[in-house]
Amino acid sequence: MSRLRALLSREVALAWGRGGGPLVAVGFYAGVATFLPLAIGPEPERLAAIAPGAAWVALALASLLSLERLFERDYEDGALDLLLLSPTPLELTCFVKCLGQWLATGAPLALAAPIAAIGLGADPSMAPLVFACALLGGIAFAFVGGIGAALSLGARRGGLLTAVIVLPLFVPPVIFGGGALDAFASGLTWTSGFALLGAYAAAAVAFGPIAMAAACRNALS
Amino acid sequence: MRGTARLLKSLGEGVIRELLIRDAAIRRGGRLLFEGVSLALEAGQACALTGPNGSGKTSLLRAVAGLVRLEAGEIGFGGVDPLEVRGEGLHFVGHADGLKPARTAREELDFWTGWCGGTAASAKDAAQELELMPLLDLEVRRLSAGQRRRLAMARLLAAPRPLWLLDEPLSPLDARWREAFGGLMRRHIDGGGLILAAVHDPLPLPTFSLELAP
Repeated sequence: MSRLRALLSREVALAWGRGGGPLVAVGFYAGVATFLPLAIGPEPERLAAIAPGAAWVALALASLLSLERLFERDYEDGALDLLLLSPTPLELTCFVKCLGQWLATGAPLALAAPIAAIGLGADPSMAPLVFACALLGGIAFAFVGGIGAALSLGARRGGLLTAVIVLPLFVPPVIFGGGALDAFASGLTWTSGFALLGAYAAAAVAFGPIAMAAACRNALS
Repeated sequence: MRGTARLLKSLGEGVIRELLIRDAAIRRGGRLLFEGVSLALEAGQACALTGPNGSGKTSLLRAVAGLVRLEAGEIGFGGVDPLEVRGEGLHFVGHADGLKPARTAREELDFWTGWCGGTAASAKDAAQELELMPLLDLEVRRLSAGQRRRLAMARLLAAPRPLWLLDEPLSPLDARWREAFGGLMRRHIDGGGLILAAVHDPLPLPTFSLELAP
């Protein structure tokens, strides 16, 4: 356990140090959120209608940013070899790496999400649900994204490849979360979408590390 | 003898007494690097793996570490479960040392020592032995190649494991440290350890050698 705790704090420290990691992601997120009104038009009623959904899609894109380096750096500098030479199963190591990714970028993005949504004109009463969706969705994005990052190990321009692999897998959480937000905004029951988002996140946490470990082993051998 | 006791403790029942490679062949990227390579290495022995660039020395070391699959042949550890050996019984020190440039030497040493099963005290002892104490607060990127290699090697001492797989361990070291590391390797095999090292220059300790011909 102390091993995994040390790995988690190392991962978070590396993610924070990674060229400002979370700040860059949050900055990108803020950038996309300010871009939208410029393209769509500043009429408050039109913006308010799309605000929660737009904030949610921008979040999915922003969480892609730092995914590329999740395994790539350890692969290049040999740390992945050393992480393997340990009694800790690689699956658990991958789990902790994704958890670190979520703590370092997913959680700050989740904090920024309600601000972006309200800034775009969403009703302030939506803030808690936007935050909860972003937090839960962030888990799904980190653990599904980790699969893409591990699969693109060793490929040139791995970052783009990661995005291409991962974006289709981001579709279900984007639909479920967007559905929950939409339902809440129109006063319908939002819990089913939220529950499905939770189920997707849980599945990603359960199965993602297995796929990541297999992809890492394959990249190394 | 202290070394032996430490090794015994590190692996419980499954002490590695030998490393057996039988008729190994490795293929990388469609090219057959070598075939029919056999080796029997016993506790207390060091083997120098030689051969020209590209002959597969690193790949063989990685295969022993379980990081590369063999095309043919087998690798055994004298009855000890390979999973256990690869989890707790061997160290691999290569060119890619896994050290992060932006972290301090202390952070990296402590993390890898802990990851390999050592303690804070053993990390400190290793740092003292390799004269790393004045360097510990520097970022890894500030270290020279030789200092960085010493930092990577501190793992070997900080978390005792019986089998050392070393990929050109001496190349970035100066004459004094080559001699000193030779002494550490001698101490390791005298304590019942095993060393398989890919080298171009002879090691400063008695070894037998295995040549990989292209």
